[in-house]
Amino acid sequence: MRKGTSAAAMLLFAVATAAGAETVKPDDVSFVDMTVASLTDAPGDAASGKLVMVDRKLGNCLACHQVSDASDHLFQGDVGPALDGVATRYEAPMLRAIVVNAKHVFGDQTIMPGFYTLDVGIDVAEEFRGQTILTAQEVEDVVAYLQTLTQE
Amino acid sequence: MTVALAVSVAQSEPVDDALVIDGEIEITTRAKAPEGHPFEEVLSGWLYRTDETRALEADTFDNPGMLYVEAGEDVWNRVEGTAGKSCAACHGDASESMKDVGAHYPKWNEAAGKPFNIELQINACRENNMGAEPYKFDAPDQKALTTFIKHQSLGTPIEIDLGAGDMQAWWERGKERYYTRTGQLNLACATCHEDHNGQYIRADHLSQGNVNGFPTYRLKQADMVSLHNRFRGCIRDTRAEFPAAFSDDLMALEVYTTWRGEGLSVETPAVRQ
Ligand code: HEC
Ligand code: HEC
Ligand code: HEC
Repeated sequence: MRKGTSAAAMLLFAVATAAGAETVKPDDVSFVDMTVASLTDAPGDAASGKLVMVDRKLGNCLACHQVSDASDHLFQGDVGPALDGVATRYEAPMLRAIVVNAKHVFGDQTIMPGFYTLDVGIDVAEEFRGQTILTAQEVEDVVAYLQTLTQE
Repeated sequence: MTVALAVSVAQSEPVDDALVIDGEIEITTRAKAPEGHPFEEVLSGWLYRTDETRALEADTFDNPGMLYVEAGEDVWNRVEGTAGKSCAACHGDASESMKDVGAHYPKWNEAAGKPFNIELQINACRENNMGAEPYKFDAPDQKALTTFIKHQSLGTPIEIDLGAGDMQAWWERGKERYYTRTGQLNLACATCHEDHNGQYIRADHLSQGNVNGFPTYRLKQADMVSLHNRFRGCIRDTRAEFPAAFSDDLMALEVYTTWRGEGLSVETPAVRQ
């Protein structure tokens, strides 16, 4: 960075970051060979990602998947494969693509919702209209957690 | 830890069991699917329930839904409206006049120019024949009376007349809706009940989503649940706005889903989780 950067410019940059300018918007996400690059410039936090996954109002991933590492959460579903060892099956960019919009990876017929897309069903309830299920940072956190699942 | 795993590793398919209510009334819980159906065999939701829940339905003394049948019988005999009549005044003994009637609904109603379900027929009789107000959706008396009338078909296989009036067009519309993905979660009825039945989703086993048990007693709600309430709940779970009860959208869905379960016995009042 040039030495003469003004305080005003620094402030502007800080404001822009706080407002999410560094975050890829849902409609701007690009899928390349079933992969998606990082959505934010902050690294994901695995511990937060686990909380997002088990929270029924956020990821609610356990509705369909089993995760042994979260076995204190009851009633894990078997609609999708167990996620144990999923980090050995996919690299982060593909895990991200799956979470952002699984249809780009598994095809249009998949039951798995797209967690960071506005390409959704009709009649979306008012409180969810125009919104993604997870924020970009929550997706990054989930991907960070999935990467810790190395044990089958 | 081990407890959690034992709970989460759930039975993943419908059981092989026969439903005989009170050791007398044989219920058809598996039937050959009608022509053009995506499945070869249609299965009652009863087959997807736990041993305990299945047992409750097999014994009328244990079935909590039977209280609503009794309540419905009271409503049947109660005089209401300006004409000073009860249902019984015109229809007499329901075990005769209403026998097997519910197994053939929804049914084309020429005057209304649309299919009627039992609830709409009850409301029509209240308005036209009794001088009484139509019930509001899910009024306790509406649920009880519908349960009572459907119960008069217990064991009878469902069969509706798609040749009458415009029923076929309503069937088409219902089918369209069945495969339409709704809501932020982007799911259609078919995504859950066709592609994934037999699997465990959120502490519940997905069945084929058949309607032969409605109104149904739900243990979770400790109440009778009407069919349109169930439809709305399933649609709401996709994070979508749901259509009004008895709207054309939901009537079309009722016609289509009833056809999907043709051949299954009426189980009303079925017991579900
Ligand atoms: C409504 C069901 C459902 C929900 C909710 C769901 N998934 Fe899935 N998921 C599936 C299914 C089914 C598959 C398998 C692919 C297919 O059949 O389309 C899958 C596949 C996956 C895979 C690939 C697994 C493998 O081994 O191939 C990952 C990773 C994954 N999901 C992560 C998640 C995460 C993280 C969440 C929550 C943020 C989530 N899923 C929520 C149904 C679901
Ligand atoms: C004054 C007479 C009268 C009263 C009172 C009356 N109904 Fe009816 N009901 C009829 C007639 C006539 C029909 C057949 C023609 C029609 O559809 O209106 C009928 C039809 C029905 C049917 C359809 C039967 C079939 O085979 O499809 C049901 C169900 C029914 N009534 C239920 C009720 C209930 C429940 C009540 C009380 C809330 C009630 N009725 C009160 C006269 C009456
Ligand atoms: C997110 C998954 C999901 C979707 C989408 C869904 N359902 Fe359901 N449905 C369920 C679950 C879970 C149950 C309770 C377990 C069972 O009976 O299958 C259920 C139950 C039912 C039942 C009761 C079955 C019985 O035997 O008592 C009917 C009928 C039904 N659904 C119809 C529909 C229709 C029609 C649609 C579309 C408008 C729909 N469902 C969409 C998950 C879903």
